[in-house]
Amino acid sequence: MGTLEFDVAHLLAGGLVLVSFVMLYQDRLYALLNVFALHSVVLSVSVGWQAFVQDAPHLYLTALIALVFKAIVIPVALHRIIQRLGIHREIETVVGVGATMLVGMGLVALSMVVMLRVTADADPLAREDLAFALSIVLLGLLVMVTRRNAVSQVVGFMSLENGLVLAATGAKGMPLVVEISVAFSILIAFIVIGIFLFRIRERFDTVDIGALDVFRGERR
Amino acid sequence: MSAVLALLACAAGLLGLGVVGVVGGRGRVGAAVVYLGSATVCALAAVSAIGVLLGGEPVSEVVLPIGLPWLGAHFRIDALSALFVVLVDVGGAAAAVYGLGHGRHEGHPRRVLPFFPAFLAAMHLVLLADDAFTFLFCWELMSLVSWALVMAHHQQGDNTRAGYVYLLMAGFGTLALLLALALLAGSEGGYAFADMRAVEPAPHVAALVVVLVLVGAGSKAGLLPLHVWLPLAHPAAPSHVSALMSGVMTKVAVYGFVRIVLDLLATPPWWAGLAVLLLGAVTAVVGVLHALMERDIKRMLAYSTIENVGIVFVGVGLALAFDAHGMGAAAALALTAALLHAANHSWFKSLLFLGAGAVLVATGERDMDAQGGLIHRMPVTAFTFLVGCAAISALPPLNGFASEWLLFQAVLQSPQIEQWGLRILVPGVGGLLALAAALAAACFVRAFGVVFLGRPRTPAAMRAAEVDRASLAAMVALVVLCVLAGIVPGVLIDALAPVTSALLDARLPTQAALGWLTVVPIAEGRSSYNGLLVFVFIAVSAWLTVRVVHRLASDRLRRGPAWDCGFPDASPLTQYASGSFAQPIRRVFGTTVFAARETVEMPPPGDGRAARHRVTLLDPAWRWIYDPITAAVAGASLRLNAMQFLTIRRYLGMVFLALVGLLLVIAIWR
Repeated sequence: MGTLEFDVAHLLAGGLVLVSFVMLYQDRLYALLNVFALHSVVLSVSVGWQAFVQDAPHLYLTALIALVFKAIVIPVALHRIIQRLGIHREIETVVGVGATMLVGMGLVALSMVVMLRVTADADPLAREDLAFALSIVLLGLLVMVTRRNAVSQVVGFMSLENGLVLAATGAKGMPLVVEISVAFSILIAFIVIGIFLFRIRERFDTVDIGALDVFRGERR
Repeated sequence: MSAVLALLACAAGLLGLGVVGVVGGRGRVGAAVVYLGSATVCALAAVSAIGVLLGGEPVSEVVLPIGLPWLGAHFRIDALSALFVVLVDVGGAAAAVYGLGHGRHEGHPRRVLPFFPAFLAAMHLVLLADDAFTFLFCWELMSLVSWALVMAHHQQGDNTRAGYVYLLMAGFGTLALLLALALLAGSEGGYAFADMRAVEPAPHVAALVVVLVLVGAGSKAGLLPLHVWLPLAHPAAPSHVSALMSGVMTKVAVYGFVRIVLDLLATPPWWAGLAVLLLGAVTAVVGVLHALMERDIKRMLAYSTIENVGIVFVGVGLALAFDAHGMGAAAALALTAALLHAANHSWFKSLLFLGAGAVLVATGERDMDAQGGLIHRMPVTAFTFLVGCAAISALPPLNGFASEWLLFQAVLQSPQIEQWGLRILVPGVGGLLALAAALAAACFVRAFGVVFLGRPRTPAAMRAAEVDRASLAAMVALVVLCVLAGIVPGVLIDALAPVTSALLDARLPTQAALGWLTVVPIAEGRSSYNGLLVFVFIAVSAWLTVRVVHRLASDRLRRGPAWDCGFPDASPLTQYASGSFAQPIRRVFGTTVFAARETVEMPPPGDGRAARHRVTLLDPAWRWIYDPITAAVAGASLRLNAMQFLTIRRYLGMVFLALVGLLLVIAIWR
């Protein structure tokens, strides 16, 4: 493998981590959705690059799925949901932005340490990819944990899944069936969560999941 | 057809009978088919296994393409398996014949019929299994099927609790065995027993394996302090199943221990023998003390099973200790004694449980203090029960004496051990064994006396009638077996020789070569026993005594007033009862072991109520081990209950923190 291919793959994967960080400090819903769309675009470019490097045509299909569903369909759908629900567009965060960013940096460092050490004798490209993918997964989880709004939790979940796709494409020889089934399961999860959002709104007039806790008679 | 295939076919036939039990369990014909079929299949399997044991047939094995992929199911029969298959089959056939008559009193036969043959089949398969997966699968099948049998009478009394405790302990034991076999298989994954025999595990692995097997097989066999399920579960099942569980399933557990520690584990650690020896001795004494305190006849028998399992484990422990010090002949003697006692116990314990079942059918009561005088109404049952009591009390010329005598011969070999710790300890264990044997004799004198002698204490005991012929036939067959095994133990000892020579590379001298059926374990000059001579002596002297007495006295039967303690026309309740008979022993041992307390409540003068004498006993195992554990689990679950009602975000946060924590562990330790 030439050094150019490696560098570009590295750049794209690093770009994904960077976009994940961008996602961490968004405090408006529309901005968050736009960043998620960007995240998915970077992912599909990265997957397409992997397809080119590994000479695996089925990965182009994966890239296309990522582009169509995650960069276009899901963000547009979420935009429309937000409009129809008339959600308050500011996101209430649990922890301050600065603290969240610091925690995110710690997570990236942790995943680097773990992955680079565990996969010491693996292909260098796969190693870097895995390390970045783990950071993206952890950052996606962090987004889910630090937000109160259900829509932003959906976005956190989707970005987490982007990390999984990155890991899957970085490893050579991942069958297409696995990728397609992952993509479809994500789509189904999105549909289910979307329906849930409407149901929650119908009942409680808000998608702040704090209302659910109040409904269950608990203190926050 | 090789022996292993024949036995597998028998197991399959038993499973098929289980299906028959499901389909046709309602009618009498279905029940007869299941029980007669089980008895026939067991007889066939016994013939096949005896052929392997006596004929010196080579080890036969087979791999079936079922079970785990790439592994298959390995089955194999060698002398050790064959011996235990014979035990299962003899016990199974007797229980099946007994069930033919006893099963008619079963209120819900469909709760018993499908599981009875399946239970027998599962025990066969455990003995034949030759890889870890098959062994554990069949072991767990055996546990589950027997659990179903324990739950057959789930509406009665405490039986659901018994089933729950049994299920819990069985699962725990299998978990321990699973870990032990996984350790033996190693990281290479050699799950076939043949692979395990080939590798020699590291010393610390071997030590861990011994401890885990002691927990796993010990909990099934009833070793202290893992015995708590046994006195609950064994009596809860229908009586012929109790006979199987107590007489046979505990032997399968002994097989599991011997197979793993003596066969698969090439070199057990030096202290293994010591640990097994001590556990066995303590189990024997505490088990028989429990039995002496018990009023319920079936629970008393279950506790006595614990005692006998302790005796068997003392033998196995001695074999391990002798083997570790290079004393092959002594080790073979101890193992022979242990296996012989296992066989004998399976016979007389089955006999006693069948007798208890007959009493239960006749009077509807398991409480010994509700019986009395049954010898007049149930003479055959009384006679068979008496033989069983004499055998389990180790009275010559019956089989219990032969095996316990052999075990004491092994204990007497201890001065030749080099390590002086063991040299001092083994005679101490011998002392405990002697104590257990004496207490067992007291226990069974009490059982027989209270149940069968004296006058009936309840109207039900007065109306009791002899049980049906099938039940009696099963009991008489076991009596014959006990007597024969007591008179000619040499035949059995010779049959055990292939087992000891396969496991320890040593065997006892061939007994068949000696004249007059004498048993000589080591050398003629040291000790010998001749069951036939003792039997002839007892028979002749008893006959002579009877002749002399009848000669000198009138031979007419006379009935006179019983010795009545100065109370003419006393109530039957003034007789010795189980509690009063055991009182001296309870005062001596019970106060320390069971914290036994006696209180007498005297009503004030003028009050018409009767005075009450109350005895409280605490089971040390529950008190010191299980009650604290249940309290801890209950407390922890109460605290964790709060975790059930957290917010979604908190749950997510927990997942997140757990993930990060695990990653940190990897980052730091790798």
